[in-house]
Amino acid sequence: MRAFARLLDCLVYTQSRNRKVALLGHYFRTAPDPDRGWALAALTDGVPIRIPLRRMLSDLVTRFIDPVLYRLSRDYVGDTAETVSLLWPDDRVIVSTADASEAQPASDEKPRQLALEFTPPPTAPRRGEGRNGLFPSPLREVNRDGPNIGDNSGEPPELSLGAVVAAMADGTTAERTERLGHILDQLDATGRWALLKLIGGAPRVGVSARLARTALAESYARDVSEVEEIWHALTPPYLDLFQWLDGTAERPDPGSKPVFRPVMLAHPIEEEDWPRLSAEDFAAEWKWDGIRVQIAARGGEVRMFSRQGDDISGAFPEIRSAFHGHDCVVDGELLVMRDGVIAPFNDLQQRLNRKTVTPKMMQMYPPHVRLYDLLFDGHEDLRGLSFEERRRRLEEWHANHHPRLTDVSPLVPFKTFGELGELWSSARAEGIEGLMLKRRLSPYQAGRVKGEWFKWKRAALTLDCVLMYAQRGSGKRSSYYSDYTFGVWKTDDNGETQLVPVGKAYSGFTDEELLILDKWIRGHTTEAFGPVRAVEPEIVFEVAFDSVQPSTRHKSGVAMRFPRIHRIRWDKPAAEADTLESVLGLVGGSASNAEAASSNSA
Amino acid sequence: MTSSAPSVDTWLYPVGSGIYCEPGDFYVDPGRMVDRAVITHGHSDHARAGHGAVLATAETIAIMKVRYGEDCAGSFQPLALGEAISINGVRVRLAPAGHILGSAQVVIEWAGRRAVISGDYKRASDPTCAPFELVSCDVFVTEATFALPVFRHEKASHEAEKLLASLAAEPDRTHLVGAYNLGKCQRMIRVVRDAGYDKPIYLHGAVMALTDLYQKLGIDLGALHAVSETDAKTMRGGIVMCPPSALGDRWSRRFGDPVTAFASGWMRVRGRARQLGVELPLVVSDHVDWPELIQTVIETEAEEIWVTHGREDALVHYLGSIGRKARALALVGYGEEAE
Repeated sequence: MRAFARLLDCLVYTQSRNRKVALLGHYFRTAPDPDRGWALAALTDGVPIRIPLRRMLSDLVTRFIDPVLYRLSRDYVGDTAETVSLLWPDDRVIVSTADASEAQPASDEKPRQLALEFTPPPTAPRRGEGRNGLFPSPLREVNRDGPNIGDNSGEPPELSLGAVVAAMADGTTAERTERLGHILDQLDATGRWALLKLIGGAPRVGVSARLARTALAESYARDVSEVEEIWHALTPPYLDLFQWLDGTAERPDPGSKPVFRPVMLAHPIEEEDWPRLSAEDFAAEWKWDGIRVQIAARGGEVRMFSRQGDDISGAFPEIRSAFHGHDCVVDGELLVMRDGVIAPFNDLQQRLNRKTVTPKMMQMYPPHVRLYDLLFDGHEDLRGLSFEERRRRLEEWHANHHPRLTDVSPLVPFKTFGELGELWSSARAEGIEGLMLKRRLSPYQAGRVKGEWFKWKRAALTLDCVLMYAQRGSGKRSSYYSDYTFGVWKTDDNGETQLVPVGKAYSGFTDEELLILDKWIRGHTTEAFGPVRAVEPEIVFEVAFDSVQPSTRHKSGVAMRFPRIHRIRWDKPAAEADTLESVLGLVGGSASNAEAASSNSA
Repeated sequence: MTSSAPSVDTWLYPVGSGIYCEPGDFYVDPGRMVDRAVITHGHSDHARAGHGAVLATAETIAIMKVRYGEDCAGSFQPLALGEAISINGVRVRLAPAGHILGSAQVVIEWAGRRAVISGDYKRASDPTCAPFELVSCDVFVTEATFALPVFRHEKASHEAEKLLASLAAEPDRTHLVGAYNLGKCQRMIRVVRDAGYDKPIYLHGAVMALTDLYQKLGIDLGALHAVSETDAKTMRGGIVMCPPSALGDRWSRRFGDPVTAFASGWMRVRGRARQLGVELPLVVSDHVDWPELIQTVIETEAEEIWVTHGREDALVHYLGSIGRKARALALVGYGEEAE
């Protein structure tokens, strides 16, 4: 528990990706089994424990603290796990996480590995007995530097993650609540926090599941795709995975489980690419504005993965049932579609980032998968075949099986790039982000392979917006105001104009421009709220974006998709920036609307 | 204390931004200019410029002069900790508060009753000031800066070791320590010295004058240099003390990729530290934490607890639940100076 607690505690305060990877790698290479596997589970798919944790904690905490104080504390802290870890009495701590230096990867010292199993001390008096609140009895007698309670060996007994998971795995809720109380008693505040993050799911320590897998692979000098390919066939605590990484066993075989295959990605096409390419070597297809997914069906199981290999099937039972009984791995675009018409991206967003879905949501936002590629047909791996050949197999396969809620993304026929260019510039239909160019002979390879696939996003729309708020960036940019919220003018019924925010961007300017903007913002702040400053409405940004969609996130009722600062219009007075009407004219995204709108204010 | 004596709130009560003692005709820590002010300590929400006469410890007077100028009050009268005087028949004594150098509780006795206005205070050890003295009283006036049970501060020595461990682990990165420029900054330097760190420590311009004053008043802080007069390379891998606001300021860019540390009781809560982009939170506070606060209130045996500023809702609720009479004074302008 100690090493894990230190790991999480360091991660939460570390901004640099490389340092996070180093911290994780050090932990995975030094922590014992099965602890490192449980830790990996906590950071990725979650430790498979089903307990009503919030209720159990509330039950435990209100035994020794007034419910009003608990509520005030939780409101202040904003996180139940952290609130409980801070409130819990320290008077029986026997596992201390003190001395942060040991968690540094630079340290040669291995984390202590004391595998004493957790045994609840049955005779110790229960905390809180006869007390009405948190009275400190003599002042500051809590030992924060080391253990001293009934332990003469000088070494604290270590609570293993495996023991914690075992204690939470079975029994009635009441039994598990008591066990949880005993475990919390033994840990210091950081340990308690880490424990609750371990069993609570979604630890939110600034590490994505993919980053955790990447750090794991890199620390064993493996490519992350080697881990991803077998990931979804594995179960916590991943003993077989670690054995393979340690070199003591073969790579686990996914066998009959549907697993994720690393996705092939495209490079944005640049001006200098064109002369090197021949039209006859490439096939073109529309780039749909949804999210890229991979569906793997095998042995009665169906999984849908995001591009990063996260399993998102839970929120899409319709897709699971559509592919049920098939045996394939397909690549496609997940969309929301009604009567054959693609809905705005915002509709799809309603269904993303959730674990489950309500019948109402299923009805309101029906999903659809537009297929791009076929990776496996049964057990046959097609990835070595050319795009052309795979495409033929995809069409054939789809004609034979035709899973519901799917269609095949059509190829866009063309003879010359000039002809294709015309199609590209006229394409502003809902749901189209641009064109894809795929080399006819390209095999399906992991990642962004140079010269094989290109994405040709349709030309951006631009509007002149006024800087309203600036926020400090993170990491290297933490001393700069580098995240900008901008707005356009809205005229109300009384003819009064005010700025309403339409988007936020933090890219598209040079370092020099950032310095100038940062200085300007500090000198023109009208109000500060924490890391955010409101500024005088003076700076005009020409903002480029892919489309505008209805949104409840902004007061304006619209949101830009992929906004970035195109230019800083030092020359333009703020009063001449665009209006909300111009923006509303772009919703749905037709080119003629865009031209009409921007000509108003040009 | 005689039970027939008039209750304290008939002669001592909050007036807008301070507490007024009617028979003595003086204010304690008033937020606006008054004729006669007793000042508990030098933080800006307690000590303001422009009063007619100021009664405070010699150290607090010296701090006020550094911050606001030699003539920031019409006259100054120093009163040593532990000594008492009579003001219009009201006995006034200053007792150490353990908050920062010169900090005092104001012990006021009149008509057989005793009230203690504690200002800001702490019970944890602090080598830069006299330790808190417990004074039993009828009315105890307390702050509530950290009055939530989630607040339990770490030992400062432990946090100093944490800082030194980080320096050892990241020897190429300058450690920028944000600490409030009066009290916290000098205490951090002192505890880092006590933990065995004897290299020069570098100071942001805003902390220099008060740090100089501490040294003049006999607090040994070791070798200190101004950041503005030192090459960035020299400071690499060293400790730089600055006010918290400088951590995210343009000023910090000269250090390349520093470790940002922040010494404050607020650092107990991860969300606070993350929000500020702090990489190394040091949970060091010059205020009482929750257990110390409750303990102190009970030990004073006060019949009534008046709460000045902070989380008065939680404290008043809790004291009520254990049968203590407590009320919030709702003073204006307190707690504005960062912890």
